Amino acid sequence: MRIGRGLAAATAAVIGAVVAVGCAPVQARPDADAGDSTTGTLRVWLFDEATRAPKEAVVREAAAEFEAAHSGVRVEVQYVQVDSRAERFKAAFNDPKSAPDVAEFGNTDLAGYVAAGGFADLGADLRSWADARDITPSVLDTAKVDGRTYGVPWFVGIRALYYRTDLFEELGLRPPRTTAELVTTARRIRELRPELYGISVGGKYTYAMLPFLWAAGGDLARRDGAAWVSTVDDERARAGMSRYAELLRDDVCPPAQCAQMTGSSSVQAFAAGKSAMTIGGDFNRRAVDAGVAAGRYAVVPLPGEQEGSIAPAFAGGNLLGVLRSTQHRTLAVRFTELLAGKKYQRKMFDAMGNLPTFTDLQRAVAEGQEFQRPFVTTLTAGTRFVPATPTWAKIDAQNVLPTAVQEIATGAKPAPEATRAAAERMNAAFRS
Amino acid sequence: MTTRRGDALAAIRYLAPAALVLAGLLGYPIYQLVLISFYDYGQEQASGGAPLTFIGTENYRRLFSDGQFWAVLGQTTAFAAVCVVGTLLVGGALAVLATRVRAVPRSLLFLAALGAWATPAVAGSTIWLFLFDADLGLVNEVLSGLGIHGMSGYSWTYDRYMAFALVAAEVIWCSFPFVMVTLYAGIRAIPAEVLEAARLDGASTWRTVRSVILPLLRPLLAVATIQSIIWDFKLFTQIYVMTGGGGVAGQNLVLNVYAYQQAFAASDYGLGSAIGVVMTVLLLVVTLFYLRALRRGGEELA
Repeated sequence: MRIGRGLAAATAAVIGAVVAVGCAPVQARPDADAGDSTTGTLRVWLFDEATRAPKEAVVREAAAEFEAAHSGVRVEVQYVQVDSRAERFKAAFNDPKSAPDVAEFGNTDLAGYVAAGGFADLGADLRSWADARDITPSVLDTAKVDGRTYGVPWFVGIRALYYRTDLFEELGLRPPRTTAELVTTARRIRELRPELYGISVGGKYTYAMLPFLWAAGGDLARRDGAAWVSTVDDERARAGMSRYAELLRDDVCPPAQCAQMTGSSSVQAFAAGKSAMTIGGDFNRRAVDAGVAAGRYAVVPLPGEQEGSIAPAFAGGNLLGVLRSTQHRTLAVRFTELLAGKKYQRKMFDAMGNLPTFTDLQRAVAEGQEFQRPFVTTLTAGTRFVPATPTWAKIDAQNVLPTAVQEIATGAKPAPEATRAAAERMNAAFRS
Repeated sequence: MTTRRGDALAAIRYLAPAALVLAGLLGYPIYQLVLISFYDYGQEQASGGAPLTFIGTENYRRLFSDGQFWAVLGQTTAFAAVCVVGTLLVGGALAVLATRVRAVPRSLLFLAALGAWATPAVAGSTIWLFLFDADLGLVNEVLSGLGIHGMSGYSWTYDRYMAFALVAAEVIWCSFPFVMVTLYAGIRAIPAEVLEAARLDGASTWRTVRSVILPLLRPLLAVATIQSIIWDFKLFTQIYVMTGGGGVAGQNLVLNVYAYQQAFAASDYGLGSAIGVVMTVLLLVVTLFYLRALRRGGEELA
């Protein structure tokens, strides 16, 4: 008993000491006064790629040019895995000493990073940069939160409709010209060739679903003063989602297989010759060319509701930004302008096929390249984006939209109920 | 009196290093967990971009008013119960089998069990997924080869209960070896005289098992059961990998995956910590009840 009491006292003492140490959860204290040194090492984080060599070559060239122009400066590039980016960036924001000066990041991550205080406002720098005027406005919007610009769009990712030319010819079909026709064409293909999916899309492929939602006149959310309010339970948004869910049926792409498919698995099914159509990005070309569909496909813009219209695409893509904690602000901005400028965007296009973010450059690359044309056409027809709020990352992580699409597709819930539940979840996230 | 006090002091001195390590490695994280659960603590707060706000029990209120939380909690409990019972049955049966067979088959049995045990959870889950793949999986190939044509292209992870059953089978496969090895050692440790005495008294095999072997194994069974309950209730990897993060429309979510998806992936650490606290309390309560029931049964944990 004595021993027990002694132990209890010791434990209490330890707990007491711990409580005394801190009464609030740990929190990083970022340095408010970051310096602006003009020499030293400039640390750059870029995303790793499946085939990194061409990207690395262009970046090395840019780094060499930059080092030649700025004596006493060394550019150190580190390649970050896309899958572990969340942890890496969180760590960089929590510990500025381990943070880079310049970083590449996805535009859907921007709002969260800005709210975390991670990136510097580049608005003033962009105003004095001649190239900036030619950035496509809807693309530049993806670098903005509450009217402030926190990055330079480095490339855009646009999705369009891939289809198998050999199958379409054999079955006497033409590329669909409206969303309704897309559904009937996909059904017809599976009817005639039951071993194929009419189109391979997935319940977890949100960026394929969004064009349907936007084409039907719906949107994800609207701004209500400072707050966001979900509009996915609005009639038009629901119609668009339901249209997309029609593709996830036994007569097109059976839910048992397709309800859980993501963007890459949808494209893989097409590349493997298991489907007659898919929705894929310009960045998916390599994956498709590696499969049996190589040389037997073409790409057209994803049709909208009316004949001749194009469904608004999601303006995906990556930005280059300057970390707020940088000790080399001026150098970091100059390097960002160099690497995201026209000269190196062109080189990145030639090396990686990354679509440029400058309107004049887009036109220039579309002229020479048959493959790029549908993507540039889609881009110039107008693109859309997800709500620019840090809570979007949360809505994305919570699988809110995939859950609604899966519920509609599998019949677990009727569309009004599924979209209402999704809107409630979104609103709960917006409010938090 | 002085000697007793001296004993107590000596005991504290001996236990102090362990207590310090425990306080550092367990106490402090749990303290932070509880603390964070009372704050609005997201990525902005963690990296110092936004001020901390104490919100009291708001995270808990949000959690308990979420219908999905209760559904997932019920689902997790049922799923863990199936896994625990299955693990104990399979492990126990194979332990008994191991005591009855010759050395070579016993070694093979142990080798197979240890292989399953040593396989990392992610690798094991992925291999099972390959085996049960709808289009290319060995299981569907064999089944349709046997003439069950409905099985070609059958998706094992689409139906909610089939998906749970598949994951439960994988969990039992990778956790029965612990039970088997523990119980095998326990059965082997029962003195031969005791069993001989039972035999001389004319007890049947069933009676020997019920009145002699099981009571002697009780402490080991208790350890195995508590371990299994804790493991299976906290399951994450298998569900996350095999059902693609919680199944179609979240139908296969368990508590840990739910916490990850709703809170940690969404950088809502306050809510995530609240779920963590609730899970810890639940497991403590279950374990305490179990220990009390054992003590009433006249046994103490050895």
